[in-house]
Amino acid sequence: MTAPTSTRAGGPAASRSAPGRTRGEGAFRYLATGAGILVLVIMAAIAVFLVVEAVPALRANEGDFLTEVIWDPNGSHTFGIAALAFGTVLSSLLALVMAVPVAVGVALFISHYAPRRLAAALGYVIDLLAAVPSVVYGLWGIVFLVPFITGPEGFLNEYFGWIPLFAGESVAGRSMFTASVILAVMILPIIAAISREVFLQVPKSHEEAALALGATRWEMIRMAVLPFGRPGVISAAMLGLGRAMGETIAVALILPATFGISFQILTAQGNSIAANIANGFGEATPIGRGALIASGLVLFAITMVMNMAARLVVARRKEYSGAGA
Amino acid sequence: MSKQITVSGLDAYYGSHKAIEDVSMTIEPRSVTAFIGPSGCGKSTFLRTLNRMHEVIPGARVEGKVLLDGVDLYGSGVEPVSVRRSIGMVFQRPNPFPTMSIYENVAAGLRLNRRMPRSQTDEVVEESLRGANLWNEVKDRLNKPGAGLSGGQQQRLCIARAIAVKPQVLLMDEPCSALDPISTLAIEDLITKLKQEYTIVIVTHNMQQAARISDRTAFFNLAAQGQPGKVIEMDVTTRMFTSPSEKATEDYITGRFG
Ligand SMILES: Nc1ncnc2c1ncn2[C@@H]1O[C@H](COP(=O)(O)OP(=O)(O)O)[C@@H](O)[C@H]1O
Ligand SMILES: [Mg+2]
Repeated sequence: MTAPTSTRAGGPAASRSAPGRTRGEGAFRYLATGAGILVLVIMAAIAVFLVVEAVPALRANEGDFLTEVIWDPNGSHTFGIAALAFGTVLSSLLALVMAVPVAVGVALFISHYAPRRLAAALGYVIDLLAAVPSVVYGLWGIVFLVPFITGPEGFLNEYFGWIPLFAGESVAGRSMFTASVILAVMILPIIAAISREVFLQVPKSHEEAALALGATRWEMIRMAVLPFGRPGVISAAMLGLGRAMGETIAVALILPATFGISFQILTAQGNSIAANIANGFGEATPIGRGALIASGLVLFAITMVMNMAARLVVARRKEYSGAGA
Repeated sequence: MSKQITVSGLDAYYGSHKAIEDVSMTIEPRSVTAFIGPSGCGKSTFLRTLNRMHEVIPGARVEGKVLLDGVDLYGSGVEPVSVRRSIGMVFQRPNPFPTMSIYENVAAGLRLNRRMPRSQTDEVVEESLRGANLWNEVKDRLNKPGAGLSGGQQQRLCIARAIAVKPQVLLMDEPCSALDPISTLAIEDLITKLKQEYTIVIVTHNMQQAARISDRTAFFNLAAQGQPGKVIEMDVTTRMFTSPSEKATEDYITGRFG
């Protein structure tokens, strides 16, 4: 409908005459505004639909949705998000703690240490890994990691059992720890790939300023590269966290789908919102379906809160970001 | 704390491209030595060989000798890091660290070498900012970002950062070329003051500037595009600008160049 106008406006005839240019400008503005509004409307429609689906289930809930640990919407109409939300947040944060340092190290190696050839090859491999579907990681986890990991878990349990996270009577392959490791491996490539891009953006003049002060390469990285890359690395980590929290199939394959809140990550327990949806949607009653949708909305809310927190952290030091320099 | 530099038979390369050839000169302590010449003749390249910054560029290398009070900077066992600590550098475009406050910028080099008690760091920061004629302008906002200063102030901040680590020599690559005339004057005043303590080498494309602030001047030129740059003539600045011994120097200085 507006397409012919915009095509003409881009043509050589139009660019010479002022009215034509104005018309093209106007058409583009309508197009952009329209697209923006359309996206907002679609998002609002989805949100309304989900809320409408969720409300009857929440009304029918016998327990407290926020604090209840049990999830039995189909039978006793008692369900709560507490255990699931806890599992989602804990496994994702653990994954982040494991993935970010490694990813930043890999990114720095590629951007500042590796010889050019090796850097190009590694960068390519990382990009490739970032594109591997999560179910592949899940299968790798269940086939390889679950049997293998009890060894390292036993070690942690025996020597570091005094740390609450590693405590417990016995360790299990299908544990929160295993799920976190899978999630970490899964989000590592994307965090590394984005961090590498950010580190490559650091202006040469800042790096040279550090070197000219007598900084070693590592000191130069600490002085110029990491601070400059900080907002980008935080954004990358948030993207990774979002992926980890939303990850469904890999986690559903690994976690034993228990309900309970426990910090003992090496033991046979754990669950997450997304895994619970994948496991339960098939045989859910209408109330069960509504309950799962409600849990999905909570996942969305958690992701939003995490992202806003990260934005705050970045914005707090905006004047130091180097964006204005 | 000010040292003499003696360069002999120095060549510098970018990969297979030879950018400067057979440069020899002596740079006196407590004086300002200016490098002039058309752009692309290797002034920046040569300046960067004096504190081993040249080799930071991939594929870049140096042949020849640079002696700092008799010690060869390119000798075996000499760390480029320690060379750069004793020979500071100020770049063409002011480059304060954007992620740091004014205070942190000046203290950046101090933090590299050793742990220093806070009170002592405060002292050195103030002293360096005073040394760079910047203290009065920034003393009330030391914790504000360095990137928020004007271009001229940023360049003086970079000078403060360089002198905070107490180098023997200060290298400056066209430090005023991105600045307005008032800021340029402020930097020139500063250089004249700093030369009482430091050996200063400055690249400038502004001949009035060279005449105003330098004690000795070296004229660089290249025979043709793609040829390596060479030092055509080096002399006391006043003599260089009144009675140069080379025709090429005279042509360049009087603007009859090329
Ligand atoms: N990073 C670089 N890589 C390759 N060649 C360079 C680089 N920097 C400078 N050169 C070359 O070295 C020569 C001297 O450059 P430069 O030292 O910057 O000259 P000047 O500072 O006198 O203008 C030029 O031919 C330039 O093309
Ligand atoms: Mg130059």
